[in-house]
Order: sequence, then C-alpha cells, then structure tokens
Amino acid sequence: MSDASLNTASQAAAAQTGEAGFRDFFALLKPRVMTLVVFTALVGLLAAPVAVHPVVGLAAILFIAVGGGAAGALNMWWESDIDAVMKRTAKRPIPAGKVSRDEAFAFGITLAVFSVVMLWLATNALAAAILAFTIFFYVVIYTIGLKRWTPQNIVIGGAAGAFPPMIGWAAATGTVSIESVLMFALIFMWTPPHFWALALFMRGDYDTAGVPMLTVTHGRKSTRMHILVYTVLLAIMAIGAAFTGIGGPVYLGVALVFNALFLRDAVAIWRRDEDQAEADNYRVEKRAFRLSLWYLFAHFTAILAEAALSGFGLGGWA
Amino acid sequence: MSFREEHELHKRRFGRNLGLGLVLAGFVALIFGLTVAKVTDDDFMVPTQQQEGK
Repeated sequence: MSDASLNTASQAAAAQTGEAGFRDFFALLKPRVMTLVVFTALVGLLAAPVAVHPVVGLAAILFIAVGGGAAGALNMWWESDIDAVMKRTAKRPIPAGKVSRDEAFAFGITLAVFSVVMLWLATNALAAAILAFTIFFYVVIYTIGLKRWTPQNIVIGGAAGAFPPMIGWAAATGTVSIESVLMFALIFMWTPPHFWALALFMRGDYDTAGVPMLTVTHGRKSTRMHILVYTVLLAIMAIGAAFTGIGGPVYLGVALVFNALFLRDAVAIWRRDEDQAEADNYRVEKRAFRLSLWYLFAHFTAILAEAALSGFGLGGWA
Repeated sequence: MSFREEHELHKRRFGRNLGLGLVLAGFVALIFGLTVAKVTDDDFMVPTQQQEGK
C-alpha cells in the first residue's frame, strides 16, 4: 500500500468519524477576518512614533491575530445553530460536523487567555487589556448579546473589529492617543455600510436564520438609506482625518478618491429599488461591497505611507 | 503487536499532529527571539540592578 493510498484511507476514515484535522481548527480562527486584523494592527504598530524591535513587533501582531482568531472560534461556538441554516456559513467546521461545539469552546477560551497573557509579556499591560476587552466585546456583547437582539448589531458590534490598530499602537507606545482613536473610528464607521451592502445581496440568509439584520427588521429600502447616511458620515470622518497626526497629502489624495467612489456607490444603492437590483443580480451592491474592502486597505496603506515618509522628513503636513 | 507498529489513529491524526508540532516549534523559536530582543534592549536591567536603582 502506497503512502498516497494510506493518506487517502486515513482521510476517508477521518471524514467518516467526523474527526477534525489541523485545517478545521485553523478555519475556526476565521482566517479571512484575521487578515484584516493583522493588517490594521500592523499599521497601528508601525504608524506609532516609537520604534519597536522587529521580533517584539512580530510577536505582538501574532498574539493580536491569535486573540482575534480566538474570538472568531468562540463566535462560531455560540452561533453554530444559525451558521447551520445560512448558506454562507453552513460549511464552517461546527455545522459541517468536523469540530464539536465543546472542542470549539475549549479551543477558543484557551487561545483567548494565551493571547492576552502572551501579549502582556511581549509588550505591555495596556495592549493586553485592550485585546482582552476586544475579545469580551466581540463574544459577549456582540455575539451573545446584541446580534440576535437589535438591528443595530452591526453598528455596535463593529467596534470589536475596530480595536486592532488601537492595540497595535498601544503595543508600541503603551498609550491610547487621538491617532489610535481615529484609526478605530475609521473602521467603526466603515463597518455598517460594508456589512449592509453584503446583507442586501446575501438575500434570504439572515431571514432564514432569524437574525434581526436591518434588512429584515426595517426593510431593504431603509437599509439603502442607512448605507448612504453612514457613508456620508464615514467620508466626513475619513477626509477630516487627513488633517490630523495620521494624515498628510498622500492620505488626503487616497481619501478623496476612495470616498468619492464609495459615495457614488452609496448614492446608486440608495436610488435603486429591489426590482432594479434583482434585474442585474445586485451588481451595484456587490461592487460597493468589493470597493469597501479596497477602501479600508487603501486608507490604512496611506496611513502607513505617511508614517514611512515621516522617517525621511516628508510625511504629514510639516 | 510490535511497539513500533503505527496505530490507525496515528495515521489518521498525522496532519493534525504535524501541524501542532510545527506551531509549537514556531512558538519556542518566537519565545527565544523575544528573550534575546528583551535582554539585549538598552533599558534591560537584571533584578539586582533594579533593586539598586530604587
């Protein structure tokens, strides 16, 4: 019997028993969300006006990522019932029968404690405390509390995803400052229009799961209006940030372009009705969602560019 | 059954064990790197120096 056939046989046995592989446990950490956490935390860390030893910086980002992953695993533990009925999440490790709920809970709790303690040892108590609060906020306040209770779940829950740059900044400086609060605010204001655009074209998923998403409780017309209002507020905040410590000419240029594009899509979404959206298979809503991902990436890259340029005496408005 | 013969369970869990082993090895390397970074930092003081500094 060859190795290949042995492996195939063992994989088949694992599938039969529903036994989880390494990949399944990794999937519990929500790796796609983790990329956003890693990127924004890295920008927070590098944009800080304090040099960090590369190994300490690497360790900090890694432990922030593990903490974010732990929150993701605990989210999947609590939400396995609604994950099972939503098309988008039905293949996650728990509803797919690969990992049991108890395993996911133990995995998540262990990694949560581990990441906070290790971030404390590697950097400082403030960064670890914000990470601990982020995990608590995402799991207890958002997942267990708000998500099934209020249609504003995304607005308030978005704060959890906004903390990573603040943690990165705190890991470098040991403080919370206006710059890190601005980075927090940027993600906080960006989350609702980003997620509601998704909710518009992932039609039916949240209705089936009984999650009080804005599209379900207030209707799709109201959701379109909400997207526009939040995008306007986001644009004001994002462009205004260009004239603060994290901004500069490069950031301003990026912010003007991307906010103009995002506003264009938000207006288009607001002007459309469901018949028009269904006729072209939610083309504008899907475009806005894709753009929103680039929007955040561009803004944080610009913040990083300003910080890098300041090393040569070129960043900011000075 | 000889001692060296692999149980079916070992084959089935090979991927998981290998992954965990690599993660642990990476963690050891990271802690070593962190230790070197902290000890070679300009601000680093051994406990006796810290007491003298008080």
